Amino acid sequence: MTASPLSLVCPAGTPAALDAAVEAGADAVYCGFADATNARNFPGLNFSPVEMRAAVARTHKAGRSLYIAINTFPRAGEEAAWHRAVDNAAEAGADAVILADLGLLAYAQATHPSLRLHLSVQAAASTPEAIRYLAQTFGVQRVVLPRVLTLAEVTELTAAVAPVETEVFAFGGMCVMAEGRCQLSSYVTGQSPNTHGVCSPAGAVQFRREPGGDVTARLGNVTIDRHPAGAPAGYPTLCKGRFRANATTGYLFEEPTSLNAADHIPGLIKAGVRALKIEGRQRGRAYVARVVGEFRRAIDAAVAGGFTVPDLASEMEGGRATAGAYDRRWR
Amino acid sequence: MSVERPKLTLGPLHFHWPAARRRDFYARIADEAPVDTVVLGEVVCSKRAPFFDSHIPEVAERLRRAGKEVVLGSLALVMQARERQGVMDLAASEDFLVEANDLTAVAACAGRPHAIGPLVAVYNPSTLELMARQGATRVCLPGELTADAIGALAGAAMATGTQLEVQAFGRLPLAISARCYHARAHGLHKDGCRYVCEKHPDGMDLDTLDGAPFLAVNGVQTLSGSYLDLLGDLHRLRSLGVDRFRLSPQDCDMVAVAETFHAVLDGTLPVTPARDRLRDLCPGRRFSNGFLRGVEGMAYRAAVI
Repeated sequence: MTASPLSLVCPAGTPAALDAAVEAGADAVYCGFADATNARNFPGLNFSPVEMRAAVARTHKAGRSLYIAINTFPRAGEEAAWHRAVDNAAEAGADAVILADLGLLAYAQATHPSLRLHLSVQAAASTPEAIRYLAQTFGVQRVVLPRVLTLAEVTELTAAVAPVETEVFAFGGMCVMAEGRCQLSSYVTGQSPNTHGVCSPAGAVQFRREPGGDVTARLGNVTIDRHPAGAPAGYPTLCKGRFRANATTGYLFEEPTSLNAADHIPGLIKAGVRALKIEGRQRGRAYVARVVGEFRRAIDAAVAGGFTVPDLASEMEGGRATAGAYDRRWR
Repeated sequence: MSVERPKLTLGPLHFHWPAARRRDFYARIADEAPVDTVVLGEVVCSKRAPFFDSHIPEVAERLRRAGKEVVLGSLALVMQARERQGVMDLAASEDFLVEANDLTAVAACAGRPHAIGPLVAVYNPSTLELMARQGATRVCLPGELTADAIGALAGAAMATGTQLEVQAFGRLPLAISARCYHARAHGLHKDGCRYVCEKHPDGMDLDTLDGAPFLAVNGVQTLSGSYLDLLGDLHRLRSLGVDRFRLSPQDCDMVAVAETFHAVLDGTLPVTPARDRLRDLCPGRRFSNGFLRGVEGMAYRAAVI
């Protein structure tokens, strides 16, 4: 591995995706346990404690790091499951755990003082004051920044919180609401992303063919979108649906689109950001291999002074991308 | 704590009402509403704050003269330098209890008595105990918690001497964003928003493609389309250990709403006529209570005995 100033942190929902990420040049891979303790709690995804130990061993053998996301909020009365996940992560030899809940941070710090703590985007720490407090109180060493900040704000924040490291999202699915603070999916389905680890869950999605031939996508009892039969339609994530307000109909929150901040790589290096995060633990190994490979090349080229923007159009939702909040106009 | 009469809190006004209307609103609350506590301050969008900030001392004084406790709420999403400074200034307030609505304010208030607002993630006893150790004397819980979770949190609240508050009326704050959806729906950006959110004093209705009411947009905030109504659950929540109930201001007769909740808590008005009265006070509005029952928040289900 090159000693890149910008660590590439990549998703793995399965052992196969993990191997693909390592092979494609990930500096670190992040995974979760197969339960509600992580924010991608999808059927058939994630790792058992036994699989996690093997994943850590393989990742370390390749000279890379493995982080474990335990980034949902422990449900009252069921905190033992989240404590066990932290214990299992420490036992597996994870290089860091990615946590959001303040009570869980306190538990990890008290129980496993040598375990490195990263703050999840779900914790919504958006200012130097919040980040310094979390570093002082719990020993948090890295913060994944909320996807609400402009590049200028990321730059300023990174300088202000050093030596606490910052990590930012660079590619993949994008929450348009501040993460960890959104109860929209819960309002419709009864399952909270914050405590069940899944937004717009597949079990609540229905596609209904209308008499006129259109297909209606519904989440719970709510119509999220409607398309002519056969037309390309994305997964009906609540905030990427079409609605009506102010006498207009459209994607009032956000279009079905992916985050792509690849062209900001030189700026993020200059900002002193420590790590770039690729979203997508729910994605297959081919996706992981391609996106990680492109970002590896782009980062290495930027470090060498010959940056060109990678072409990732084929991996974007609806073929569309946005730099999201990094550009002030997005707001 | 649970031997005291349950208290009513009037939560922060989420909407961008003109300053004159806000002053009239709080004057009437001071004179007539049977609430114990009023949360003042702009919690949704820092661009709105200059319109009313200069009136807060006078409004607070009037509320206090009427015997109300005044709490100042902090901004929900803090990003810019002047917003951070605003939180620091608020947290330094010697005169008022401050309600922290994000981790910036939680950090700034640590080590002194303060309240935690419903926009901070307090989902379990460990986190509540931690907040109490850092100086929180009162916690208003996130709206999506179930009755079971509230019960478990009430145990921790009692053990730490923390007052526990639950929203019982009004639109639920469901999400906050860096992006202004009010501006977006008007073809504008947040920077040049022309304060279009002022057009909708109860939030901008957001409907599904079928025309069914769904959510309400309020600038960078997204609220429930329905009003929360926990009238039928007040006594049960009280027995679980909830000390306070929050009424979130809507564009309706909030004095009458407060009187209705007060009367049910006092036992002078049964739940069924109280519910009818609440519906008369909010014509055309739908109600929900699903979160408490562990189902979709937008559902309305009869109280579980």
